[in-house]
Amino acid sequence: MLKLSEVQKALSARTIEGQDKLNREAESAFGADLMSDVLAFTRKKTLLLTGLTNVQVIRTADVSELSAIVFVRGKIPGAEILQVAKECDIPVLLTDYTMFEACGILYKLGLPACHIKETKKDEQIR
Amino acid sequence: MKLIYEVPGNDFDRAGEASARVKKALQRLGVEPDVVRRVAIGTYEGEMNALIHAGGGIVQADIDTASTVITVKDKGPGIVDVEQAMQEGFSTAPDYVRALGFGAGMGLPNMMKCSDKFAIDTVINRGTKITMWFEHKRS
Repeated sequence: MLKLSEVQKALSARTIEGQDKLNREAESAFGADLMSDVLAFTRKKTLLLTGLTNVQVIRTADVSELSAIVFVRGKIPGAEILQVAKECDIPVLLTDYTMFEACGILYKLGLPACHIKETKKDEQIR
Repeated sequence: MKLIYEVPGNDFDRAGEASARVKKALQRLGVEPDVVRRVAIGTYEGEMNALIHAGGGIVQADIDTASTVITVKDKGPGIVDVEQAMQEGFSTAPDYVRALGFGAGMGLPNMMKCSDKFAIDTVINRGTKITMWFEHKRS
């Protein structure tokens, strides 16, 4: 488990939405540009790392109840996307690290993955 | 309570509004958080499918104290082979949809996983109706 403030520091990230929510915790992390897989494989309070910057990234994070979004590779989402993030109460961080580097840094700090089989078994199938 | 929303046919940015509203309604009613999350994900997958494959559709939520039933109806081309469509990874979505982060062939299987009961009613060249039942657990 990592606080968003720790994520921000580790990734030399800039928080562009939800500066007041950096006390929140991420229980696991998932790196993907494919929102279909985020919807199928994440659990709540997951930190999403992605290079995709469209409004459906925020919608996906909202319905999946993710803890925050980190846009990697220096990607910057548009103002209308940040407005939806604000409405959905989802913090948004930006880092210049690549997906691989950002995931590696957080994994090294002890942030666990969303185990796909476990997610399927415990969270989705009932 | 009955909620009805239109899924726009060609406005990618507006898809997801119905699921966001259903989610808020269920939260206000005090439905158990894990159920709310499953309903929201299932509804959102349904919205995206209607947008991608059928030029839009209608989302209906029928909510009572014990359960929520989500129906997603469209007037699209229908599903040729439902068994194939239910396989993870099978998709007929065009490349531009994949570039937007969708169309990975996870939608229908995920809707089934999220819901307590799931049904597809599809007629070629007429449309598709997907129904998802969710029981409310007591918190």
